[in-house]
Amino acid sequence: MNAPVPTASLADPTIEAAPYATLTVRIRRDDGFQAFTVARRPAQTVLDVVTEIQREQDPTLAYRFACRVGMCGSCAMTVNGRPRWTCRTRVAAVAENDGLTLEPLRNLPVVKDLAVDMEPFFQKWTAAHGAFEPGAAPLDDFAVVAPDSPERRAVDAGIECINCGVCYAACDVVTWNPDYLGPAALNRAWTLVNDVRDRGQDARLEAVSGDGGCQSCHTHMSCTEHCPKALAPTFAIAGLKRATSRSALKRFGARHFRRSA
Amino acid sequence: MSAGTQTALPRRGALQAARLRAGFAAALLHRLSGVALALFLPMHFIALGTALQGADRFESFLGLTHNGFVRMAEWGLVSALALHLVLGLRVLALEWFATHEHTALIVSVCVAVSLAVGLLFLLGGA
Repeated sequence: MNAPVPTASLADPTIEAAPYATLTVRIRRDDGFQAFTVARRPAQTVLDVVTEIQREQDPTLAYRFACRVGMCGSCAMTVNGRPRWTCRTRVAAVAENDGLTLEPLRNLPVVKDLAVDMEPFFQKWTAAHGAFEPGAAPLDDFAVVAPDSPERRAVDAGIECINCGVCYAACDVVTWNPDYLGPAALNRAWTLVNDVRDRGQDARLEAVSGDGGCQSCHTHMSCTEHCPKALAPTFAIAGLKRATSRSALKRFGARHFRRSA
Repeated sequence: MSAGTQTALPRRGALQAARLRAGFAAALLHRLSGVALALFLPMHFIALGTALQGADRFESFLGLTHNGFVRMAEWGLVSALALHLVLGLRVLALEWFATHEHTALIVSVCVAVSLAVGLLFLLGGA
């Protein structure tokens, strides 16, 4: 599952802008919304607009970006009420009445203007045991993983996450329960649960259970609907629900039904 | 071009913040119908409990259900039960079989099914 960005063609209506057209951009800042006017340009992205405002109108405007090509996951913002990656979002595709309303991502503390603090996001990524655990005695040789095995295919379905935070901002459960690990962290945990080389599964399944874990997902599908990489964290979380339930049943069976030696 | 002008921050309602979308609406309806069923269950047991005091007592209690208001409440209850059932099937399909759905369409179908079941209940003259 890779980026759902279609190849641009000259017939693409999001490329050409009408000459002399302008765009009204409302940006949420510390003390309210501030309005700017920017010229429309061909193939203009939302990130282009923010950059133009910051460089030519108000150098105090804070925002974050790095790669500009949909790889780094730095530039996500709320565009007209919906979280998006701004570097791959064309103005013509999202402008409403020649206007844009830009706000920082939801569910994360705002550092300044459009820049949010991603610390809680990555703390939860760590809390969900999002790092590969090789175990005390790592394998001597390369592990052989068949590309078409069910485990590898499950990993492939979620591995392209760029940690942009769009799913985290779109998730209503994160808003209601600040301890909820969130779609990105749980999606990462699911890819590792399916990594046959990993030796930290029991601790990982325990970490993704409980009040802040996968069982709290209400299946609103917001993460899956908004993911710019077209991943489906809802199904990764569903996989974790099945895996944690299976693990709990196994533990229960071992405790109560194991034949005494 | 032109530098900005300040406007006050808009106030946001809880529903607006949660952005009422199909998936959110499904979870909300599932929860509300579940709460309605949970509230009904004690009354159901009380009604059944009157049978322990004899058939006459039970029949006189059932007489209350001919009241128009109770009839409407029963219609709501049957609809809530149907809605809770079909929305539960949707969640099971999503979580067990990773069914990629058109959420708005499926949720609309769930609501339509529950309304149809409620209508059948009314037409059945129960």
